[in-house]
Amino acid sequence: MFRALLHRDIATLLPGGRRGGTLLPLLFFVAVAMLYPFAVGPDPALLARTGGGVIWVAALLAAILPLERLVTSDLESGVFDQLHLRGVSEELAMASRLLAHWLAFAPLLLVATLPAAALLGLSGQTLRALLLGLLAGTPGLAAIGLAIAALTASLRGGAALAGLMVIPLAIPILIFGAGVLSRPNDPAALVLTAAISLGLTALCPIAAGAAVRAAREG
Amino acid sequence: MTARLAATDLACRRGERVLFRGLSLSLGPGEALHVTGANGIGKSSLIRMLAGLLRPFSGTIHRAGRIGLLDERHALDMQVDLQTALGFWSALDGADAPMERLGLAALRDVPVRYLSTGQKKRAALARLVAQRAPIWLLDEPLNGLDAAGVQQFEALVAGHLASGGLAVIASHQAFASGGFVTLSLAEYIPPLRNEEGIEGWATEAARSDVPLAFQTPIQPSPQGGGA
Repeated sequence: MFRALLHRDIATLLPGGRRGGTLLPLLFFVAVAMLYPFAVGPDPALLARTGGGVIWVAALLAAILPLERLVTSDLESGVFDQLHLRGVSEELAMASRLLAHWLAFAPLLLVATLPAAALLGLSGQTLRALLLGLLAGTPGLAAIGLAIAALTASLRGGAALAGLMVIPLAIPILIFGAGVLSRPNDPAALVLTAAISLGLTALCPIAAGAAVRAAREG
Repeated sequence: MTARLAATDLACRRGERVLFRGLSLSLGPGEALHVTGANGIGKSSLIRMLAGLLRPFSGTIHRAGRIGLLDERHALDMQVDLQTALGFWSALDGADAPMERLGLAALRDVPVRYLSTGQKKRAALARLVAQRAPIWLLDEPLNGLDAAGVQQFEALVAGHLASGGLAVIASHQAFASGGFVTLSLAEYIPPLRNEEGIEGWATEAARSDVPLAFQTPIQPSPQGGGA
C-alpha cells in the first residue's frame, strides 16, 4: 500500500512529473547565487566568507516554491476522501508525501549547490560543510513545508501564506545548518541540525494528517 | 460479513444553518435508498456523513462493510492517462477496473484532463466496481452520463444489490428501474425560528426532542445554494 502511494507521489512531484513538478525552484536557487556577486561586488574574500550563508537562504526560499502543489490538488480532487475509505490514514499518506517531496527536491538541490558554490568561488572545505549541512537540514525544511502546505491547503491564497509561515519556522534549521559553515571541524552544529530535522520529520506526518482531516470536515 | 448501514437521529449543520435533523435510516443487503431533494438541501452532506467523511452534528451512524463512494470529485490524476490514473487505485484495491464494461477501453491512453464529464464519471464508476465495497454511497451518479451510461449504471447497481450489497443514491433524477425506497430530505428540514426572523437558521432547535409532527416543515427556497 505504501509502495503504491510513494510511487504515485514521486511520479507526481519529480521535475517533469504529472503535477507539473519543475526545475524552477532549482533554477531560482542557482539564479540567486548568480545574482549575489553582481549585488555585493566581485571581491573574492567577501564572496567566500558570505557565499555559504547566501546559498542557505536561497535553499530555504527555493524549498517554499513547490509547496502549493503538495496537498491542495489532492484535497480538491477528493483523493484523500477515497484513500480514507480504503483505510489509508492521512498520516500514512502524508508520510509518503514527505518522503517523495524530499526525494524530488533535496538531491537535485545538492547537485545544484555545486555550480552555485563555483559561482561564488567557495573553497572545497566550505562546499563540504555546505553539502553536509544541507543534507542534514533539508528533511526538516521538507517537513515544515509539507505541514504548512497541508494547513493552508483549503485556504484561498494559501500558497503565499504558506511561504510566509514557513520562514519563521525554518529559522532554527537555518541557524544551525549555516552554523556548520563557520566551524567546519566541529560536528556539534551538524548534529543539532540533524536532530531538528529528525524531530520535524517525525512530527510532520501527524500534523499534516490532522490538517488534512480538519480541512475535509470543515 | 453482512453489509449493513444504519443511522439514528442524524442532524447536519453547515455553518450556522441546520440542513436536516431527526433523520434515521437502516439498510441491509440488497436494499437501496434513493435520497431526493432540492439543490442545497443536504444530499451531499448526508452522503459524506454516511461515508464517515463529515462528522454529524448529532446522531450516530453504524456501518458494517467497506464503503465505496462516487461523487463529483473523481480523484483521478488529470495529467496522466486514464490507465495510469485508474492503475493507482487498482493497486490499492487489488483489482483492475473493468474499463471494457464501461466503454472506456479506447480511452486507456488518453490523459484524464481530455476526458469529458461523462467519461470521467464512467471511469469513477469503473473504480467503484473494482473496489468491491459492499456499501455504495453515490452522490448524483447520473450527472454527465448519456442514455447508454445511465442504463449501464442501473445494471451495475442492480448487480451490486443482487450480490448482497446495499446502496444509498442521492439524486434529483428518477431511476427507470424503480423499486428503490425513496427518502425525501425535505421532510427533515428544521422549522422556522420566527423569533429570530431568519428562515431555516436554527441551531438549538435542531437538537430538540420535539417530534416532527409538532413542527411545521418549510420548503427550501428554490435559489438555495449548493451544500
